[in-house]
Amino acid sequence: MVKAVDRTKVPWWVSNAIVPLINLTLAFIVSGLFIFIAGENPYQALKLILYGSFGYLEGFGYTLYYATNFIFTGLAFAIAFHCRLFNIGGEGQAYIGGLGVFLLAFYFSALPVPIVWLLAILASMLFGAAWAIIPGYLQAYRGSHVVITTIMFNFIASALMVFLLVDVIRDRRQMGPTTEALVKEQWLPMFKNIAAFFGFKVGYSPLNISFLLAILASFGVWFLIWRTKWGYEMRAVGHNTQAAIYAGISPKKNIILAMIISGALAGMLGVNEVLGVHHKILVNFPAGYGFTGIAVALMGRNHPIGIFLASLLFGMLYQGGSEVTFDMPNITRYMFVAVQGVIILFSGALENLFRPQIEHFFVNIMKVKVTT
Amino acid sequence: MLDRMISQPILELQNVNKSFGHVQANKNISLKVNKGDIHGIIGENGAGKSTLMSIVYGLYQADSGNIKINDKLIEIRSPHESILRGIGMVHQHFMLVENFTVVENIILGFEGEFVFGEKLNQAKENLTKLCEEYNLKIDLNATISDLSVGFRQRVEILKALYRGAEILILDEPTGVLTPQEVDELFKILRSLKKQGKTIILITHKLNEIMALTNKVTVMRQGEIVGDKNTKDTTKDQLAEMMVGRSVLLRIDKKKPNIGDTVFEVKNINVKDNLDVMRVKNVSFDLRKGEILGIAGVTGNGQTELLEALSGICQVDSGEIKLHGKIISSKKIFAGPRQLREQDVAHVPEDRQRMGLVTEFNASENLIFGYHHQQPFSKSSIMMGKNIFNYSKKIMRDYDVRPQSPFLLTSNFSGGNQQKIILSRELNKDPKVLLVGQPTRGVDIGAIEFIHQRIIDMRDKGAAVLLVSVELDEILSLADRIVVMFDGELVGERVNENVTDREIGLLMAGITN
Amino acid sequence: MEISTDIISLASATLRISTPLVFAAMAGLFAERSGVIDFGLEGKMLTAAFVAASGAHVFGSEWYGLGLAIVCCVALSMLHGFASVTHKGDQVVSCVAINILMIGLTTALAAAWFGQQGLTPTLTDDRRFFEITLPFADAVSGVPLLGPIYSEIISGHYIFVYIAYILVPCVYWVVFKTSFGLRLRAVGENPSAVDTAGIGVELTRYKALAVNGVLVAFAGAYLSTAINANFFREMSAGRGYLALAALIFGKWKPKTALIACLLFGFTDALQIRLQGVPLPFVGVIPVQFIQALPYVLTVVLLAGFVGKAIAPSAIGQPYIKER
Repeated sequence: MVKAVDRTKVPWWVSNAIVPLINLTLAFIVSGLFIFIAGENPYQALKLILYGSFGYLEGFGYTLYYATNFIFTGLAFAIAFHCRLFNIGGEGQAYIGGLGVFLLAFYFSALPVPIVWLLAILASMLFGAAWAIIPGYLQAYRGSHVVITTIMFNFIASALMVFLLVDVIRDRRQMGPTTEALVKEQWLPMFKNIAAFFGFKVGYSPLNISFLLAILASFGVWFLIWRTKWGYEMRAVGHNTQAAIYAGISPKKNIILAMIISGALAGMLGVNEVLGVHHKILVNFPAGYGFTGIAVALMGRNHPIGIFLASLLFGMLYQGGSEVTFDMPNITRYMFVAVQGVIILFSGALENLFRPQIEHFFVNIMKVKVTT
Repeated sequence: MLDRMISQPILELQNVNKSFGHVQANKNISLKVNKGDIHGIIGENGAGKSTLMSIVYGLYQADSGNIKINDKLIEIRSPHESILRGIGMVHQHFMLVENFTVVENIILGFEGEFVFGEKLNQAKENLTKLCEEYNLKIDLNATISDLSVGFRQRVEILKALYRGAEILILDEPTGVLTPQEVDELFKILRSLKKQGKTIILITHKLNEIMALTNKVTVMRQGEIVGDKNTKDTTKDQLAEMMVGRSVLLRIDKKKPNIGDTVFEVKNINVKDNLDVMRVKNVSFDLRKGEILGIAGVTGNGQTELLEALSGICQVDSGEIKLHGKIISSKKIFAGPRQLREQDVAHVPEDRQRMGLVTEFNASENLIFGYHHQQPFSKSSIMMGKNIFNYSKKIMRDYDVRPQSPFLLTSNFSGGNQQKIILSRELNKDPKVLLVGQPTRGVDIGAIEFIHQRIIDMRDKGAAVLLVSVELDEILSLADRIVVMFDGELVGERVNENVTDREIGLLMAGITN
Repeated sequence: MEISTDIISLASATLRISTPLVFAAMAGLFAERSGVIDFGLEGKMLTAAFVAASGAHVFGSEWYGLGLAIVCCVALSMLHGFASVTHKGDQVVSCVAINILMIGLTTALAAAWFGQQGLTPTLTDDRRFFEITLPFADAVSGVPLLGPIYSEIISGHYIFVYIAYILVPCVYWVVFKTSFGLRLRAVGENPSAVDTAGIGVELTRYKALAVNGVLVAFAGAYLSTAINANFFREMSAGRGYLALAALIFGKWKPKTALIACLLFGFTDALQIRLQGVPLPFVGVIPVQFIQALPYVLTVVLLAGFVGKAIAPSAIGQPYIKER
């Protein structure tokens, strides 16, 4: 049993880059094992993943499109986590956020398009936040564990949206339960269109300018958490509630605030899916992005830069994964849900599994020093 | 020969040493406890009493030295082993399961059977017998959460006896008891002694020593400074040994220029979070330009008093007025933020639990509690440059090492963490300063500096409330001294020609 | 007569639908009483469903399926224990990880091995559990009032149902009338008290998790080899969380948790019955609203409007010896 190394002697990059990287590698090895059990060649699968996600331009476009969604849900989980809250409700909040986007774009279509976009973004945030505020309030004032309540709200969102899609805002001309499509003018410009504007012919991919919105949101979250009073207070409550009370910070208010912002961020996923890609509400369009956001946030150590990188990684897994499912009949997309679970396991629950050994190696054997 | 057999020590410690980091809690302790004695160990905070007994009970291991029971050298590596050797301990914080009954708590780990039946009834019978033998009137089927603190303590004693304790160690047992409960406890301990049990009583209260013990050992700063038969000594003598003739760091200070009353505290009672009344009917005034020192051993209500004054908890009854306006009563409760707005600064006793967020960096902690004010934040945006410059300045002024505002607070030594808190609160030039244990863990050079700053504050007209377990500090800084004992204020003195012995007696509960 | 047959069928359905919740809630009780959070009931239930159905199909007997399911669930519980008890990791993260992992892996392997988009093959009659008609059920069915109660409500269930309802008093007995139960509860309330009494805190928690694994396996196996004849993706549909809510609402006691489970079961049975049925004043309630009822109920219960629930004191905190 290796004795733990003194915290202060471990360089930043060993703790925050090497250890996560090794955890990730372990996760991948275990995932490879799963693929093998499923009857396929893990190495072959890996090659397909890399090709599918980076090998050709449209594939890369898909990768970034997925990453857009993960950035939103990853930021959502991360900000709640900074206040020590586990918001598992990203799915439902994204779903309801999308509802907001559609309602606004559809019923306010008389307004100029840029205004509609702006209002739609706000609507997504508002609707997403509304879906998170009740679990937040219940945690703050009634002590109800936010994990269960947010999961319940996921189910309730599902039921609500099916109801709306089937009975209320349905496009009667279609067979399946979807809404009417938004008019073409309202569609967010896609990468394909922008490239064409500059004279490049690019194949279809769902990547659109909401990717930029995601980057903006990342910056916004970074700014909020580390450069504003609100972020400061949320972090204080998350780290040491007693001390926060001493400093005159209200734990209850900050719990609710964290959940509201978290829900708003998850809701913005609706902008990508509804305004940018499908231009209508499809049943269950969040399709697991909310849960992936959890893995992304944990892997990214709840920091926007890490979340961005992790989102790219998962985008790669999703896009490359669909290449794999296309070529390998034995692997379905659910395998990649399992991979996410393994990643959360190694990056989250078991993150300290090999930390003592790794730190010991770098500090005592390689004699790496901390630079102040 | 007979004499030697009778005075055979049941417990003997030889040259026991124990350090925690650079702090040496026990220095070369040699101690003999005779069978059938009630042996008291008395000393101030930090004297090393609890550490020593924790070693005997197996919670810690000594760095060096021997422990002998009945003249046999033994090794105790865990509480389980000490229990097997007949040592029982009743801690300050009880090891009881709240929603179990008395019986369930006592038999836990010693049930003797998988399904409760025969052995359980046997245990109940044995316990009933024990209760009668030792005069412990306990309802065996009561649930712990329904029992008063006094009764819970009895359960702990019964638990130790049931597990075969021949030596019973009690660590500050009367801190949480009412006077009547104390009397009951004394009766129980006397009857235990009659039955041949050996009792070791750790306390800071001289009354208890004189009333109960037949031998007393005095500890100070990790060492034994006296070992006497109780009947051969007096309270005065013991008090003197307890506080010692230490070198007082007297600071030259001007006479206080006392102004208006700032805090008016009237008949307040404050409960802790276990619903035990910790501050009992306390009244005092705090005025501008003076340092009021509250002396006393930890655990006599100072913590709760500070928390009530700083707005962290509400008083149960009575009222606290700041500048004439009620800030805490049964109906009114102003929180810490409001108090800070009124220029009340608070240096808490427990820096890690309350005063700091160790995961923040130094600059973030240097503005903790004031982060919402200008120049640190404008319209809710944190002004990084202002914060950085401010941090650099204070760290320089107060000699916080290393002077790195972005270093994580957990990487600073305890003393420097304390300086971070102090610099934060003192630098604000508050009108009122509430400070608890300001120099805990701080090196000598810094102590002088901090004391000087507190005096400066008082000279500028601030009202200072200083809570400290270090008598030197109180005597050095305070203009007026009150002592807290058992939740009450006992004895007020103006700090002129006051001796440490006087205060020491008050701290130990002797009031005349 | 319409009304009484309605009541009878509702009662019977309630028992049937509550069964997996009861198993899962009892499983959760052991874990949580020992101080380990178990949000992972959902993932474990799903795992058991998959393994039981696959096992029954491949090895030709539903009992093999059940046995395999038990092995797998205990393994997952041990994993959770390893991460949270031994490695002091965050218990919630560990549960979330296991849930997501098993939601994915069960369907992925089902698709890979059996090829039907995540369904396991439908079990033939000889490989699944069947309803049991209790002795004399037919004979007494004519007896007024008591007859139908016996023959329609009590008789005619899968063996799991009977096991579940016998399980509850057994759990009560183990937890409150044995020394194992005493230590279990002590570890969840005040691990220090247990440590100083010489009992291993971690070992006790692992034992509790083992029991947890066995019990939750029954819940999952019931879903896929009794009331259904196969596994399909995400078939647990949140039951693991409902069971946990029932446990919390039942204040971690077997009897009250059982009542909460029955309440959930009743709600679910009711919603099936109410679909499309016009109610006075309101008309036909949209089916989705009724389907959402159990989840809404969970939130309401957790909000403590029906009394505040106090968890075992030491729950969620890894035990670190105080110094």
